[in-house]
This record gives sequence, structure tokens and C-alpha cells, in this order.
Amino acid sequence: MKCHWFHLMPYQDLPEDFKEKHPSVWVDVSSELFDPARGHQFYNEYLDQLEFADSLGFDGICVNEHHANAYGLMPSPNLILASLARRTSNSSLIVLGNSIALYNPPIRIAEEMAMLDCISGGRFVGGFPVGTSMDTNFAYGQTPLTLREKYREGHDLIIKAWTEPEPFVFNGKYNQLRYVNIWPRPIQKPHPPVWIPGGGSVETWDWVAEHDYMYAFLSYFGYEPATQVMQGYWEAVDRAGRDRNPYRAGYLQLIGVSETDAQAEKDYAEAASYFYHRCLHVPDHWAAAPGYLTLKTIKSLKSPFSFEQLADLKWKDFVEQGYVVAGSPATVRDRLVEVIKEMNVGQLFSLLHFGNLSAELTRKNTELYAKEVLPFLREQLWNEWEDRWAPRPLKEEDRMPVAAL
Amino acid sequence: MQEVKVAIRNGKFTTSMQWGGSGEPLLFLHGAGGPMLGAPFLEELAQVFTVYAPAHPGFGAGTGIEHIDDVIDFALYYHDFLDELQIDSPHVMGHSLGGMLAAEVAALAPYRINRLVLVCPAGLWLEDNPIPDFFTFNPQQMVEHVFHDPSGPMSQMFTEQLQSPEAQLEMYKCLASTGKFLWPIPDKGLKKRIHRLQLPTLLLWGASDKLIPPVYGEAFQRAIPGSRLVHFASSGHMIMLEEQDAFVEAVSDFLLE
Repeated sequence: MKCHWFHLMPYQDLPEDFKEKHPSVWVDVSSELFDPARGHQFYNEYLDQLEFADSLGFDGICVNEHHANAYGLMPSPNLILASLARRTSNSSLIVLGNSIALYNPPIRIAEEMAMLDCISGGRFVGGFPVGTSMDTNFAYGQTPLTLREKYREGHDLIIKAWTEPEPFVFNGKYNQLRYVNIWPRPIQKPHPPVWIPGGGSVETWDWVAEHDYMYAFLSYFGYEPATQVMQGYWEAVDRAGRDRNPYRAGYLQLIGVSETDAQAEKDYAEAASYFYHRCLHVPDHWAAAPGYLTLKTIKSLKSPFSFEQLADLKWKDFVEQGYVVAGSPATVRDRLVEVIKEMNVGQLFSLLHFGNLSAELTRKNTELYAKEVLPFLREQLWNEWEDRWAPRPLKEEDRMPVAAL
Repeated sequence: MQEVKVAIRNGKFTTSMQWGGSGEPLLFLHGAGGPMLGAPFLEELAQVFTVYAPAHPGFGAGTGIEHIDDVIDFALYYHDFLDELQIDSPHVMGHSLGGMLAAEVAALAPYRINRLVLVCPAGLWLEDNPIPDFFTFNPQQMVEHVFHDPSGPMSQMFTEQLQSPEAQLEMYKCLASTGKFLWPIPDKGLKKRIHRLQLPTLLLWGASDKLIPPVYGEAFQRAIPGSRLVHFASSGHMIMLEEQDAFVEAVSDFLLE
């Protein structure tokens, strides 16, 4: 089992009446709510947390990309990883990822990721999300109906840019380049691992399975929908004639570890509520622009895609329905093993900071998880399988150490 | 009138079309809300004209949207349509998205079009009077923006029709296809081509159109020399439904001049 420490980097000072007074956390959220001095504090605190996770032996540290929002302060996750590449030495550096269709031309991604792979000595994992509708269609103006086609063309271009040794011509529908020849090139051959974060779009499953990539379901809606999505993915894996190696699947989970179940509520209930009721305060009209979801995906949904369903949930619901796995180490271990086995996932994106969780509690959560949960999961799960989706860094003796000045 | 199947470019595009009547040919290009194949105003116009009212690619039964990348591809598709159906010197009328399209069709080859009717067309952008982001509208907001009387029977009928999942899915599909031509801002270069509209042109605008406000009618009139602008006092964005008789009369009178 692989456990990664995933940071969303939320803005923590949204007011208590945010949901009532403000239309949305995304797209048209007022920048008057953002205090740059607090931004300074958050970025540095969050980088500390990711570096701490590396020092405790997490398999990977992970960040992602969002725009025009207070949910996650990383329009450029590659900047964050560049900093982490210099300050960590063991963990995989995972970006989940860069929204391909937003880069013009997308070889920019191939270049930056190759830089990150070189700086980190080959510890890099490149994730390629389509991106949310808020990020791609509304904040970045991409046409919803052609977003996925543009995304796939960009993907083909990036992979070719990484793997083709000589300059080549790329005559695409969205990109025309006479001379593609990126410098630097990634350390990892043929290219860094590609992980595809998804929100449950049907056609993504087949595409991921065909390409033999890792699929990461970034779910915030608890066990039931997550189980359904993973079931759909595994069926696509079967269709593609691939094995059911759990490492080809990942899953994001909010996790809170405390001394006891009761203490977990005291420690994490407020932050969970902040996350679900402020960070995910997204009205339906931003959730999916017309054309963002394919008709096939829409027909597969039981109810319209909506964040507004989260509005009334309380701590008890979060825990019972699996939005958050929280409690004593034993409770967390049991619940995680149950879910992980049920979904057959080998990569767990552990969200150990969420909402407005304090630095102190984040440290506690991370330490308890690293000590009481992570070793157990590693020992119990999936040792019979090989993780073919992990980065292949240079040998330790060939890697530059973190500099002590 | 009858509904007929049409195939264009050897079946690369297929669609349904409301077709019939007698008289000079009139091509009607529908708006973002979808084809209005059974609409009574088309029947009325068919008393005087031979009406061709197809569903666009990506709307209703229309296929082939994946072969159309932009509004020029879209306009050329309709030139192929006219070629293949051997429609000579048609009048062209377009509503909203279809109005923008009609203007583009005419701008590409003004000499092949007889007369042009633009019903509250999209296609221009006024910084001081931005067109609202209708892609984000829920049915209630849509009704408030497109109808003169948001609580009238027409609005209620529209709202009721949108209750069914099938209708919602069709609306989603229509808006998704519309996005190919109007996302994120409905300004795709018509201003560079509109000077070519040197043909008799009628502009029709609902006085209480909140989707594309009447100030856009004045902008179109200024940009198309000699064009005539007529307002409908009791209409919003759906003149052909809201004031059907006056609409049909205005269109017929103009086209038969």
C-alpha cells in the first residue's frame, strides 16, 4: 500500500457566514476576502507540512491545480513542487496535476515536468486532470464541448515531446508546432509515471485503462459514490484486458486520527465542516458548464452533479457515510482497510490537512497517522503486487543531497 | 409542412427539417434553445413561402457538430446545405444564435441571399451592456430573461416543459453545442465581416429582451447600412412566440416588398 500526503492548500479565513453572504468559493469569490499577509503564512505553513510528511516517510507528497478560488491556493502547483524538490529527499513528488487544456502550447507542461524530474532526481509523478468546470470553462474560458478533445491532443503531444529523441512536427487541431524539441528531458524513461485524477467521467476510465495509467478518484462524497466509480473503473480495466493490480487505482480520503473517537470529533469536526461548507460552497451553475460532462456521463449519473447536496451534512454524517475517516488509530485502520479492500485501491491520497485545520492539529494528525496507521496499511495490504506506477528515481548515491549551507 | 430527413456532404451531417409551403424559399436558422420544428409561426410563414427549417448539427436530430469548429465552418455548412438542396436565392432568417449564423452566411456570399431577417441576433458585444452569461442560467433565470412576461402562460409552458429529464438533457445538449460558437463571450468576429451585409436587412427586437438587450438592435442597425429595425412592445427574446401574428406579418411584408 502507498500512502501519499495530499495538500489542497485552502484559504483558511473565510468568514463563518461565508455560505450565506457569498455566492461561491470559486469563480466569482471576492478577492477582498484574501489577505496576502495571511497567504504568506499559509503557503509557508503548508510547505512545512509537506516537508514534514517527507521526513516521516510518506510515499509521496502531492499537490494540485485550481484557479480563481479559495478552496485551493495553487494556480501553479509546479511552483510548489519546485520548492519541495529542493527541500525533500525521499518522497515521490506528485502533481495531480496540470490541466493540460489550459497551457498554450502544452509542451510547457512537458518542459516544467522534465525540470521537476531533473531537480528531484527522478522522484516526479505527473498528473493530468481535465480540470474542474470552474477552473477550465469559467476561469480559463475553455469551450466546454471541446475541452476533452483538446486535453487528449495535449496529452499526446506531451508524451511524444518526452519520448521522441529528435525534433518533430506536430500538426494538431489545437496545437501547431513546427519544431517540438524540449529541453531538459526527464530522468525517468520512457517518461515519468502518468496519473490521471478523475471525478467519475465514464470515458476517462477506458482511456486510462487503455494507456495503462494510474486512475485517482478524487472523491469528496463518501463511500457509496466512490465505490460505484471504482467499480466502473475496474470494469474498464477488465475490458482493456489489464490485471486488477490495486496500484493502478488511487483514492482520496479525508482522514483525522486522534487518541480516541470522541477526541477525533473535538479535533476535526470544525475543520471538516469548514471544508464541506465553505471550501466546497459551489452553486450548481458553476458545477458543470453545458458540454463539460459528456452526454454519456450525464446519463450515467443518478442525480445531477451538484455540490449543494453537501449543505446539511454534520460530523456524524461525515463519519458514517465516509466523507471523513476519523477516530482512534484502531478505528481509522479498520475503516481504511475495509474501504481500500472494497475498492481495491493501492494508492491512498491521505488528506490530513483540510479546511481550517490548525498547524498544530495537522502535525498531530500527520504524526499519529505515520506512526499508527501507515505502517499497518503497508504491512497488511497489497504486498503480493508490484507498484508499476511509482517513480523510478536515480540511485540514492547518485542523487544530490538536500544542501546544508 | 412536413418533417423530412436531410443528409449533407454524403451523410457526414444528417438532420431533420420542417419543410413545406409554396412561394419564395425561406431558410430559418433556429436559436440556442433548439430547433422549433413544430412551431406555428413556421406554418404561418409556409402560407406565403417555401420554408426550410432544419435542426443545426448538434441540436435535436442534427448530427456532425464534431466536424464544425467555428462559426465560419458553421456558415459554410449552410452554404453546402443550400447547394445540395438546390435552393436558389433564398431569404434567410435567423433567431438569436441563428441570427448570428444568418448574418455570417450572408456575409460570406451576400449576392446569393435574397433578403435577410435577423431576430434579436447574437454576434456583437458591447462592453457597456454585456450579454448575461446565459450558460449558467437555471430554467427560472432563463424564463426571466427571454420572456416579456415571466409569469405569463408562455413562460409557464416553457418551465413545465423543462421539468422532464429528457427535455433537460436536450437543453444541455443544445447549450453545449451553442458553446462552440458563443463561449465564453458571444463575439466571434462578426464585427469584422458585418460590413459585407449589403443586402436588404430587417432587424426585429423585443422591447423587453433581457438576454440580448434592445441596445444591440441599434448596434446592428448602425453596422448594417440601410437596415430597418422594428421593435415589438410585448416581446422579450421570443418574438415569434410572444407576438406571433405581428411577427409573421412584419417578416412577410418585408420579404415580399
